Amino acid sequence: MLEWLLEPWPWYVSGPLIGLTVPILLLLTGRNFGISSSLRHLGAACLPNSKLPYLSKNYNWRDHIGSLIFVLGVLIGGFVGNFLLSAEPGSFLPAFYASPLGVVGLFVGGILIGFGTRYAGGCTSGHTIMGISALNVSSLVATIFFFVGGLISTWFVLPLFLP
Amino acid sequence: MTRKNMILTLLVGIYFGIVLIKSQVISWFQINDMFYFKDPYMYLVICSAIAVGMVSVFLIRHFEARTIEGAPIVIKQRPFHPGNVIGGTIFGMGWAITGACPGPIYALVGAGNFLMVITFIGAMTGMYLYAFFQSRLPHTEWVRLKPGSTGAG
Repeated sequence: MLEWLLEPWPWYVSGPLIGLTVPILLLLTGRNFGISSSLRHLGAACLPNSKLPYLSKNYNWRDHIGSLIFVLGVLIGGFVGNFLLSAEPGSFLPAFYASPLGVVGLFVGGILIGFGTRYAGGCTSGHTIMGISALNVSSLVATIFFFVGGLISTWFVLPLFLP
Repeated sequence: MTRKNMILTLLVGIYFGIVLIKSQVISWFQINDMFYFKDPYMYLVICSAIAVGMVSVFLIRHFEARTIEGAPIVIKQRPFHPGNVIGGTIFGMGWAITGACPGPIYALVGAGNFLMVITFIGAMTGMYLYAFFQSRLPHTEWVRLKPGSTGAG
């Protein structure tokens, strides 16, 4: 049992457990599952004097403190999963990314993630898992285009700079 | 927000972080294999997650379930606008380059993959760029949706 726990989990365990986050979060806390909105709340918390409507108008990040608590939990869960519940801690990125070009890729990729998820109104959690579960057409469309973007990068952008 | 609600939120976050790591969906290699169609693993994970989520949301709506604190559960409708397409594509490009979406960024930092801090700073920068350009980007809603009225998925 314990050995099995320490190995990477098969899809038929992982997938349902990810999906179960939706009802667990709703029933225990009333929160809709989603991650990327935390970027906005963190930004608003860090820039209290911003004049940008997105970070200030009719909006107080303190009303969304739960979003920040949730992502803090995800961070702690990452530690627990990798160091306490794994036979050996994994590294999840190719070694290439520790190079100057790799760092640029991680930063630019991050910009695309932050801008894209906020413009799309959600990420793989909020749209793909939560939104499609709630039968939102917008979430299905967003998810299709997540894959379009991913295919573009994987087939045409990554080959330009990956060794 | 009650203290109990805060603690439960933190605990569910920890649960999700553990599942992200143990499922390997935070791995760049898994994401790369998915987009090269080398391995069905990610597709099976995503589809089974959606299946479980969909049945759960259906049951919660059907029985008008309440939270353990007795509050009604409100399931958000997400607006359908050009951002789903344009923003979605842009996010997808970042996802494939870094191998991470927002949830995994946090989980990976917690898992000691500190290079992901760079992606996190990038994501905050991207969020700020969105805030800066928001008024100049198209946001016209395409369809006004009624709850549960669609055949998506």
